Amino acid sequence: MYEQPILQVKHLNKQFGSGCRHCTNAAQANLIKNYCPKCGTIYACRNVSFDVYPGEILGIVGESGSGKSTVMHCLYFDKEVTAGEVYLHDPEFEGLNLLTISSQKKRYVRNHKYGMVYQNPVKGLKMNFSSIGNIAEKLIAAGNRNVTAMQRIGQDLLETVHIPLFRMKEAPGNFSGGMQQRVQIAKALSNQPPILFLDEVTTGLDLSVQAAVIDLIKLIQRELQISMIVVSHDLAVIRMLADRTLVMLNGEVIEQGLTDQILEDPAHSYTQQLVYSML
Amino acid sequence: MTFLEVRNFGKSFTSHQLGSTRQAVENINFDLDKGQFIGIIGKSGSGKSTILKSIYRTYLPDEGSIYFDSKRFGFIDLFKASERQMIYLRKHEIGYVSQFLNVMPRTTARHLVEQALMEMGAVKETAAIRAEQALTHFDLDPQLWDTFPNTFSGGEKLRLNIAIATVKEPRLLLLDEPTASLDQQSKVKVREVIEKLKASGTTLIGIFHDIEFMENLCDKVFDMKNKSCELVHGG
Repeated sequence: MYEQPILQVKHLNKQFGSGCRHCTNAAQANLIKNYCPKCGTIYACRNVSFDVYPGEILGIVGESGSGKSTVMHCLYFDKEVTAGEVYLHDPEFEGLNLLTISSQKKRYVRNHKYGMVYQNPVKGLKMNFSSIGNIAEKLIAAGNRNVTAMQRIGQDLLETVHIPLFRMKEAPGNFSGGMQQRVQIAKALSNQPPILFLDEVTTGLDLSVQAAVIDLIKLIQRELQISMIVVSHDLAVIRMLADRTLVMLNGEVIEQGLTDQILEDPAHSYTQQLVYSML
Repeated sequence: MTFLEVRNFGKSFTSHQLGSTRQAVENINFDLDKGQFIGIIGKSGSGKSTILKSIYRTYLPDEGSIYFDSKRFGFIDLFKASERQMIYLRKHEIGYVSQFLNVMPRTTARHLVEQALMEMGAVKETAAIRAEQALTHFDLDPQLWDTFPNTFSGGEKLRLNIAIATVKEPRLLLLDEPTASLDQQSKVKVREVIEKLKASGTTLIGIFHDIEFMENLCDKVFDMKNKSCELVHGG
């Protein structure tokens, strides 16, 4: 190995339900997709492992229900994991499994090391706060107290994501979906996190807005060298953005590789089906 | 000193949907010294591109090995290199030119060339100067520099494509039919560039359907027959 990953995820497992003797012995034969018909347990993530390197964009693709978003939510501490380890290469957290640290420390990681952009802006923004207030909220959480400084950072960020400054005091509830998504990106970037999670950020946006958001993500990568995990079911988005890609199915990573290799020479039958479905 | 060593390389494609497997190439062996230029000819579908794409790891080979003398990693088997190592090699040491321009949309020709340089660590000012030199060299009309390539003609796209790949001065350059749809004048330009690259010590593998055009340039020419390759010239 010639470089160190910034984030390491090892054997991440997340199940909804307690499991029963039919499904806990990892005997997949008893499962329908990722669902145990005896006890109703859903195995949302099964033994998911991957590394993220500094400055890279890692893509995760898969059909809806394959566990892509659950991985993100587990990493961002939105959901408790069932088992697994996550390591952040950072002097403050060297050698610590982030999933077992105290909730204060988890909050610290969220506020200082992570940025998250949800598929649904309602989850990431306070819709009746002003846009700049939303950004300030994250800045305050990260320890900023100087109002003038926060206002300046907020304005710079809104400019970066092309939100006109005369609307910065307006609540995102008044904005279009694309604008809300861009405010969310500005908020996620405000604490200058080394890692950014992007969950289906272009889904549901019209083509020109989608293009603007993709250009923005590329710009962020180029200028700020932030590592990103991009979850999408849109292969075109992944092809444009990601260097490496994981393919998930029924909670498992079934294939991973260089993005062009996944798209041009897919090995797994599901990946082939996915790629051949591309218009 | 061997620069690239291809040993017993084979690649097949399996379609799970159709339940079929097709052997594209098998038992390919050849060596390449530093600074050499190898030409590969053969009918369409004979597996020429499969070889190039496997070296670039767009295809994951299933048999054999391809050793590459990397500046960063030493003598490395490209089939066993990690994804991150391949990303590094693609950025710094191995270039690939296809007939098609496949780049970020909504980016001007000038920015595409600059970005390629900046990816390698060039500072903005140097990248800007070298990008202009490259675009001038490939005779791209300065009026086009600040427009989006999706409006370019086929030949213009291809010349931009070669400019992007060669500006990084890769140690190994893979050319997948770079002259396929070009007029005579543009072909001459491409030939000039290849001559120049060869003179500067770049190692090249090229697929050409009009090999006569590259005749005196190639050190070796291989013909693809029966899924394997046969030396027909040089050696």
